[in-house]
Amino acid sequence: MKLTVWTYEGPPHVGAMRVATAMKGLHYVLHAPQGDTYADLLFTMIERRSKRPPVTYTTFQARDLGSDTATLFKTSCQNAVDRFNPQAIIVGASCTAELIQDDPAGLAETMGLSIPVIPLELPSYQRKENFGADETFYQIVKHLAKPQDRTSRVTCNILGPTALGFRHRDDVEEITGLLSDLGVNVNVVAPLGATPADIAQLPAAHFNVLLSPETGEAAARWLEKNHDQPFTRIVPIGVGATRDFIAEVGSIIGKPVLIDESRLRMPWWSRSVDSTYLTGKRVFIFGDGTHVAAHARIARDEMGFEVVGMGCYNREMARPIRALAKDYGVEALITDDYLEVEQAIETLAPEMILGTQMERHIGKRLGIPCAVISAPVHVQDYPARYSPQVGFEGANVIFDTLIHPLVMGLEEHLLTMFRDDFEFHDAAGPSHHGGHAQISSNLGASGGDISTQKKWDVAPALDNVVWLSDAEKELKKIPFFVRGKARRNTETYAAEKGLSQISLDTLYEAKAHYAR
Amino acid sequence: MNAPMPPANGGCRTAPVLKERGQREVFCGLTGIIWLHRKMQDAFFLVVGSRTCAHLLQSAAGVMIFAEPRFGTAILEETDLAGLADAHHELDREVARLLARRPDIRQLFLVGSCPSEVIKIDLSRAAERLSQIHAPHVRVLNYSGSGIETTFTQGEDACLASMVPVLKDTTARELLLVGALPDVVEDQMVDLLTQMGIGPIRLLPARRIDDTTAVGANTVFALTQPFLGDTHAALGRRGARHIAAPFPFGEEGTTAWLRAVATAFGVSEAKFDEVTAAPRARARKAIAQASEVLRGKSVFFFPDSQLEIPLARFLTRECGMTAIEVGSPYIHDALHGPDLDLLPAGPQISEGQDVDKQLARARAARPDLTVCGLGLANPLEAEGLSTKWAIELVFTPVHFYEQAGDLAGLFSRPLRRKSVLRLEAAE
Repeated sequence: MKLTVWTYEGPPHVGAMRVATAMKGLHYVLHAPQGDTYADLLFTMIERRSKRPPVTYTTFQARDLGSDTATLFKTSCQNAVDRFNPQAIIVGASCTAELIQDDPAGLAETMGLSIPVIPLELPSYQRKENFGADETFYQIVKHLAKPQDRTSRVTCNILGPTALGFRHRDDVEEITGLLSDLGVNVNVVAPLGATPADIAQLPAAHFNVLLSPETGEAAARWLEKNHDQPFTRIVPIGVGATRDFIAEVGSIIGKPVLIDESRLRMPWWSRSVDSTYLTGKRVFIFGDGTHVAAHARIARDEMGFEVVGMGCYNREMARPIRALAKDYGVEALITDDYLEVEQAIETLAPEMILGTQMERHIGKRLGIPCAVISAPVHVQDYPARYSPQVGFEGANVIFDTLIHPLVMGLEEHLLTMFRDDFEFHDAAGPSHHGGHAQISSNLGASGGDISTQKKWDVAPALDNVVWLSDAEKELKKIPFFVRGKARRNTETYAAEKGLSQISLDTLYEAKAHYAR
Repeated sequence: MNAPMPPANGGCRTAPVLKERGQREVFCGLTGIIWLHRKMQDAFFLVVGSRTCAHLLQSAAGVMIFAEPRFGTAILEETDLAGLADAHHELDREVARLLARRPDIRQLFLVGSCPSEVIKIDLSRAAERLSQIHAPHVRVLNYSGSGIETTFTQGEDACLASMVPVLKDTTARELLLVGALPDVVEDQMVDLLTQMGIGPIRLLPARRIDDTTAVGANTVFALTQPFLGDTHAALGRRGARHIAAPFPFGEEGTTAWLRAVATAFGVSEAKFDEVTAAPRARARKAIAQASEVLRGKSVFFFPDSQLEIPLARFLTRECGMTAIEVGSPYIHDALHGPDLDLLPAGPQISEGQDVDKQLARARAARPDLTVCGLGLANPLEAEGLSTKWAIELVFTPVHFYEQAGDLAGLFSRPLRRKSVLRLEAAE
């Protein structure tokens, strides 16, 4: 038993829903109690989908448990097939139905349906949403893909994009264009937008592009083994990764590839003088493994940030993230407990967080700017505009995403010079953001935050180190976005020197010590 | 004395009810925790459940309230399923850890879920045991918010009903007002009744455990929410007497509700008018303005919170709408009867749900406004039907006079929005 307040991932059947909802002509019959229909709103509200997810819930109640939930399942299943006329169905159980052991798969098989019935075994008490999506997609591919000849032209499939994925809609469009520029046509995109009939055609492609390892890797590995289709290992998020991906595709298709980079603006934006202020910004990166790995490289090599910590919530990616963290000389944080993440961020006091909706809330609480780079995300992170993460346009978009939460270069200097200006003070936040005066103190559409005080302002000093009043006063003159770091550095410095009091001199000695 | 006039064509109390069973597009009772944990400031709600329960609470809230909330889920893992003795042991450990970290918590609710009930974790035994361990500082109670037992607002009902047996005894003649209301609305309600000279007034739930809510044979109680059937029964078992009344939505409903209470306490007509005249006039004016676009329009209610019948009464009688179907998850005559009496005959009254069949009826009827849950709203909008998401009616202050205009506004906003947007392509 583990006490949980907020979760990064839902249960595995929600992962199965992400696959079913992404596809067309597929229906999911889910043995589940009343109330599990809440998951529909993830798609209709958060992602603003205009159709109900293709899911039929059996909706059993307490009074059914003594009698016949199996018949209820069969009736629901038959009704769903009659009403929605799908090409195939997937059947499974949510956490509660798993306990009553009705065996939806076995029941559905006895019904003599004329369409493929794909059973799902998703252990609700061990695994989570990403596993559920990955496993579901794998089962669908395994059941439906048919051996066949390759297309005459060089084609690939794009594997992994789902409903509720982070920017999957736009990533599919961007990567399709990129592949087209490389002379590679797309055979099937799946699960997003694919029908069961399309899934059958997967083996016609020459290779697979694994766009989202979290949700497509099991299927990609199965296709590699059983249909001899290689798949790409590099997810083209960032300038360097995109170039590497292009080279990887070139080596798979056995041809040198040349590409027009004129749409790629990010490198110049990053080299231009205004970006100087980005140099060495200390960032903490947390999210799913794929996005974290991509953003670590972007942060260090393409933005000139300093990566002070990274981690992921999906244990499936623990190994590569640990290895990567080692390369970056930091400790990897592998956890799905947001309190641990908050603790790590508080300790490291980064100047910026690249994270999920959880880290955005943590950032709000701690007064640290945050850019959202990974699922799970709120409704406002499903933008109307074209906003891919992959490819050249993705790199451009990410540059904008990463600088938006920050105070801009000259503004940062002005804040430092005129600290007590009544309008232009540090609590006001970046001037290009609205609502200057206060930290949001209420439930906004963007997710609420009822903390009214930034933690740095009340954070107690380390035990047995006392701030003298003049040093404390001086600390308050330091702009808020570096104050946390200054406080922490000074205290660390004092502790190292064995000082029990921090004076004005200690503050500036520490500043000189950490100067870079 | 102008009691509300029953409709000329007879009400809906004896109308045939369409009872359906099938897929229900509703939340389970755990959802009530979202508002209950704000209402009771010294309470913590610990769901004993699965990752699904935690995910529901996070998603249903729509926004995440990111100060550490006073609720959480003890997620069952494979090992808990194997041995129940261990599950109790684990629960004790998690509770001890939680209470150590949150010394401000004075009442702890262990909330049962679908999985905890299916594997029969006895939470009442756990609550007793934990009460003994943590008394007197913390009181531990339990109730079920599971989907197999409760629909959405029934979670609040189960929570309040669990508190009734532990309320102190009293022989005093007191008015007990039952149902979690936003503080501002609660204050208005208490103020109106106090001005009429009614008292002492007690509240369930009280904002804090130390408050003096008690119950006994001389207690009379009024419900402020139409979904409190079990609490109603539990108070009856303690000897308290229920004041049946329409629910306090809109000017007419509020007046009828206040009048029923005033009558029970012998308040004079003159006094009643003196206290209510000004807010009644304000409410009528506000409703008239806010309901302008609602007049002559039709409304279709999908079942959600059990607020549907009183709200249909408000929309038909005070806002000039026509109800096509009024669906409620459950209909409870002792609670909903007075509102059904006033609801003009005509609409199909339905109880329970088979969502696909009900959607077919809504599509055929093409109502001007459909009141439904979050899972259905955008799909129906995409089909050209205007919708009001029902959950907002539970999350917004809508009771009593000063909110009557806001209540009408919640329904008129989708229609106003539709009329102001000019997004269609030119012909």
